[in-house]
Amino acid sequence: MSKDVQSVIIMALVLAASAGIGTALILKVPQRLHTPLMSMTNALSAVTILGALLLFTEPSLSPLALAFGAVALIAAGFNLVGGFAITARMLRMFKR
Amino acid sequence: MIEVSTLQRIIIELAIVAVLIIGIAQFRAPVGARRGNYLGAVAMAFAIVFVLVSNDVRAWWVVGPAFAIGAAIGWVVSERVNMIQIPAMVALQNGMGGLASMLVSFVELTRASSELSTVSIVSGYAGVVVGAVTLSGSLVAAGRLSNVLKQQPTFYKRHNLILLLVLGVIMALIAGAALTGGAAQQAFLLALIAASLYLGVVFAIRIGGADMPVIISFLNTLSGLAAAIVGVTIQNTLLIAAGATVTSSGSILTWVMCTSMNRSLLNVLTGTMKTRGGGGKIEWPSAAEAAPAAPAADDPQSRSLAALAAAESVIIVPGYGMAQAHAAPEVARLADLLERRGKRVRFAVHPVAGRMPGHMHVLLAEAEVEYEKLFEMKDINDDFAATDAVLVVGACDVVNPAAIRTEGTPISGMPILRAHEAGAVIVANLDEKPGYSGVDNPLYEDPKALLLFGDAKDTVERLIVGLESAAEG
Repeated sequence: MSKDVQSVIIMALVLAASAGIGTALILKVPQRLHTPLMSMTNALSAVTILGALLLFTEPSLSPLALAFGAVALIAAGFNLVGGFAITARMLRMFKR
Repeated sequence: MIEVSTLQRIIIELAIVAVLIIGIAQFRAPVGARRGNYLGAVAMAFAIVFVLVSNDVRAWWVVGPAFAIGAAIGWVVSERVNMIQIPAMVALQNGMGGLASMLVSFVELTRASSELSTVSIVSGYAGVVVGAVTLSGSLVAAGRLSNVLKQQPTFYKRHNLILLLVLGVIMALIAGAALTGGAAQQAFLLALIAASLYLGVVFAIRIGGADMPVIISFLNTLSGLAAAIVGVTIQNTLLIAAGATVTSSGSILTWVMCTSMNRSLLNVLTGTMKTRGGGGKIEWPSAAEAAPAAPAADDPQSRSLAALAAAESVIIVPGYGMAQAHAAPEVARLADLLERRGKRVRFAVHPVAGRMPGHMHVLLAEAEVEYEKLFEMKDINDDFAATDAVLVVGACDVVNPAAIRTEGTPISGMPILRAHEAGAVIVANLDEKPGYSGVDNPLYEDPKALLLFGDAKDTVERLIVGLESAAEG
C-alpha cells in the first residue's frame, strides 16, 4: 500500500470519527449555550494557524507568499484569542 | 528543533484532539462550559507550541509580529464588544477563519519546494474556493448584522444564473491553474480568489436580516470545513479533526435554526421568503366571544397597568426588537418589580429570537435576568393558556398566530409561542407593521391585545413608573 493511500485512509478515518463524535456531543448542548458554543468553535477553526506556521518552514518564500502567510497569521491569531476570550466573557455573565 | 516521527506526531495530535473533544463535552451548563473553553484554549496553545518546537519555522520577524497583531486585536475586540454585537463579531470570525484557510491553501499550491500529492492539490483548490466564499459571505452577513448594509435582501436579475456562471468561471480558473505553473498559475489562482469572493457575495446578498441565525450557522459550518480541507492539503490530523468538529457543530445549529422556522436550508439560502404580501385577513375565532378585560374607553397604557397589577402570573416574550431598542435592562427591572409584588414572572425564549442561535439567552444574561426565569418554547408553550398577562417586547413573527391558523403564508407551520392564549397580551413593539415575514399579525386585532407601540425602552419604563406610582397612590 502506497504512503499516499495510507495517509488518505488515516485522514478519512479521523474526519469521520471527529464528525461523528462532534455531532453526538453538540446535539446535547442546550439552546442557552449555543452562542458561546459557536464562538468557541470559531476559536477552534483558528487551528488553521498551524498550517500558517508550517508555511514558514519553507526556506524561500516569495514576497507574496510571505505577505499572505502574515495575513493568515493575523486572521487566525484574531480568531484564536478573540474566540476564546469572548466565550469566556459571555460565560462569566451566566451566573450558573 | 525536536525530531518527531510521523507516528509520534499523529499520536500527539490525536491527544490534543482528545482534549478538545473533552472541552466540547463540557458544554452542558455554564460552569462546565467555562472549564471546556479553558481546556480548548490550553489544547490549542499546546498545539502551537508543538508545531513550533517540532518544525524549523523561519522568518521569525514576520511570524512573531503577525501573530501578536492578530492576537492583540482579538483580545481588545472581545473585551469591548457588547452582546448585541456578538452575532456581527461571530460573523467576522467566521470570515477570518475562511481568510486564513484561503491564504494557506494558496501558498501551499504555489510554494516552490513542495511536491503535492493529487489529494493535496485537489483539496488545495477546494480550500481556496471555500475559504474565499466563507470570507466574503461572512463580511456581507457581518455588514447586515452591524447595520452597515440594509436588512432587506438584495436580489439581482437572474440571480441563479449569475451563481451558475460564477461557478463555471471558478471551474475554468481551477483548470487553468492546474494545467500551468509558475507565474501563470499564480495569476490563475489570484483570479480564482477574486471569482470565489464574488461567489460569496452573490450567495449571501439575498439573505435578509431575520435569517441571520441560519446564515451565521451555515458560514460557521463553512469556516470549519475550510480548516478541515487545509488539514487534508497539509496532511495534518489536528486540522482535520478540529475542522470536522466545527463543521458538525455548525451543521447542527443550522439544522436547529431551520427547524425552528419550519423552513428548509435551500429555502433560506435562496431567499425564497420574500414578502409575499400580507397573510390576508384572518378569521379570529376568539374575537367575537372574548369580552374586553376593561372598559374600551380606557387607554391601552392604563389597561396594561391594570392587567399587570391584577395578574398572578406573567410571561415576557422578548424579541430582537428589545435588543435594538436597548430595552433589556428595563425589561429586567420590570420583571424584578413584578416579582417583588408576588407574581410569577417567566421569560419565554423562541429558538430564533435574536440574530444567532442562543443570542437571546446571552442578551438576557447580560441584563442579569436569572436563568431560572428563562424557558425554552417547548417547556412553556402549554402554560400560556393559564397565564394572566403576557408582555411581548420587540417580537412579532414568533407570536403570530397566523403561523398555526392560516395556511399558505410564509410562516405557516412555523412553531410559535402561543402568547394569544393568555388572558391579556401587552405588545410593546415599535409599530404595528408585520414582522420580517410580512404576514399581518392577527394578534393585534384581538380585543385582549393591549398595543403599546413606540420605543420599547420608553414603553417599559412607563410601565415601571406606572406600577410604582400606583402602589404609592
